[in-house]
Amino acid sequence: MKFKNFLYRDSVWAFILLLPNFICFLIFLLIPLVAAFFLSFTKWDLMTPIQWVEFANYIELFKDETFLKSLWATIYFTVGTVPLGIIISLFLAVALDQAIKGLKIYRAAFFLPVISSMVAVSLVWMWIYNPEYGLFNYFLSMIGIEGPRWLSSVTWAMPAVIITSIWKGLGFNMLLFLAGLQGIPKSYYEAADIDGARWFSKFYYVTIPLLFNTTIFVIVISLINSFQGFDSVYLMTSGGPARTTSVLVYYLYQNAFRYFRMGYASAIAYVLFSLMLFLTLILLYWFQKKKVIF
Amino acid sequence: MKKMKKKYPSKILIILLYIVLSIGALIMIAPFLWMFSTSLKSISEVFTWPPAIFGKVLRWDNYLKISERYPFGRFFINSAIVSFIVVVTQLFTSSLGGYVFARLKFRFREILFVVYLATMMVPVHVTLVPLFIIMRYLGQIDKLSSLILPNLATAFGTFLMRQFFLTIPTGLEDAAKIDGCTPFGIYWKIFLPLSKPALAALGVFIFVGIWNDFLRPLVFINKINNMTLPLGLANMQGMYSTNWPVLMAGTFISLLPIIIAFLLAQDFFVKGVTLSGIKE
Repeated sequence: MKFKNFLYRDSVWAFILLLPNFICFLIFLLIPLVAAFFLSFTKWDLMTPIQWVEFANYIELFKDETFLKSLWATIYFTVGTVPLGIIISLFLAVALDQAIKGLKIYRAAFFLPVISSMVAVSLVWMWIYNPEYGLFNYFLSMIGIEGPRWLSSVTWAMPAVIITSIWKGLGFNMLLFLAGLQGIPKSYYEAADIDGARWFSKFYYVTIPLLFNTTIFVIVISLINSFQGFDSVYLMTSGGPARTTSVLVYYLYQNAFRYFRMGYASAIAYVLFSLMLFLTLILLYWFQKKKVIF
Repeated sequence: MKKMKKKYPSKILIILLYIVLSIGALIMIAPFLWMFSTSLKSISEVFTWPPAIFGKVLRWDNYLKISERYPFGRFFINSAIVSFIVVVTQLFTSSLGGYVFARLKFRFREILFVVYLATMMVPVHVTLVPLFIIMRYLGQIDKLSSLILPNLATAFGTFLMRQFFLTIPTGLEDAAKIDGCTPFGIYWKIFLPLSKPALAALGVFIFVGIWNDFLRPLVFINKINNMTLPLGLANMQGMYSTNWPVLMAGTFISLLPIIIAFLLAQDFFVKGVTLSGIKE
């Protein structure tokens, strides 16, 4: 009887059923997270014994020109991708929200890049950016512009990576906005109609303010994603030319798995993590104060 | 979903909207069409100016050439194995965890859940180096298991399933409890069958993520025979850097499973992929 009661206790079952989750969580997330923190205070190439160096990695980071370049590349990439990507996707979502017919077809088209792998996307865009035979420069030549050597140009490599990233992420943001738009109660528009509001005033005074919550969300997610950009840079430019596209994750990868500087790479990881956390928390804090409730 | 069209934009505006949307859609699809058209050309046809949509002959044999110098079929099978195992196990662990957090009462449940949730904020890159060291220590480097193991359970899946289970009314399980069902029995016989739509959406989300994953394979896998599609393609790019037709053929094939699944179940895809937008 006692054993039977034991079998029906919630806490016992909770323990058993959570065990697979918990083991996975412990080994592959919690331990690595803590380990990365300690590793960032060490010097280790996986071969020679590990050395405790205190803050040396962090101090070195801020004297390391390549790191500063990578930090700048990440900021450039983020500033280039996030605002533009959000504005375009917002307009597309509003347009799609009005479209009565063919919503599914348009949605499918915009969603195709989202579900494709960054590797596939990068490969086809490399070909599109090909300076001599690429599609991009062909279209530019049609309007009389001689296109640059995109991916090997110090000036144009980053814009090229940014264009590709915006193109890939548009559909995702658009869908989030679309969901937000469809969540706005129709009564607000009806009230505006009664007041005789035109289409644009409705958009400006009803849609935009009521989309605030969604917009903050999209901003946070876009920021997090753009801070983690790696695949496209690895494939399309290898961080070049002259480190102009070497974003933080790319430099992290190089340090860890090319130069085998595990401690230094971990320090980069924690700088990246802190930056992201800081930005996200500030945004969310600000959001809590300004949140639109309807 | 019932949308009353109360916004009354004018006719001209609607036509304008359709034009903008169509141009946008074309820009979205064009690279895929370009990929496909390139994959059917010969190398000399690729390097012509101005670019043509199709070459003289459609060279379907480019699709046979992709496995000439690289085990492309192997890449495909590896991707399929990893994706299948990860999707199935993660659905299982997520629904189990979600059920526990939604329904079972035990001490520290709320705190445990919050801690679990907080870990969703951790980017994969932060844990990459220690994870690599752990995999080396466990002897998993260069094995498919190194790609499977860290993905067997995620906080996000658990969170999502919990949210879903919270919406299920308690009446059914009360009856089952009186009939002497254990908590696992309730999960297995009541909650799991009821959660098919949520599982499908989560499954799609997991599948897209794992099928497209590049960073972890890049770090954990070295042997050509153990590579997944994205990593294999990246390697082919190094070799076929100028053979765009063959490279594009491989790229196109790598996208096919996802595109086909997407066309078959668009709504689940849209739901599944935008799941990450509803964190919190």
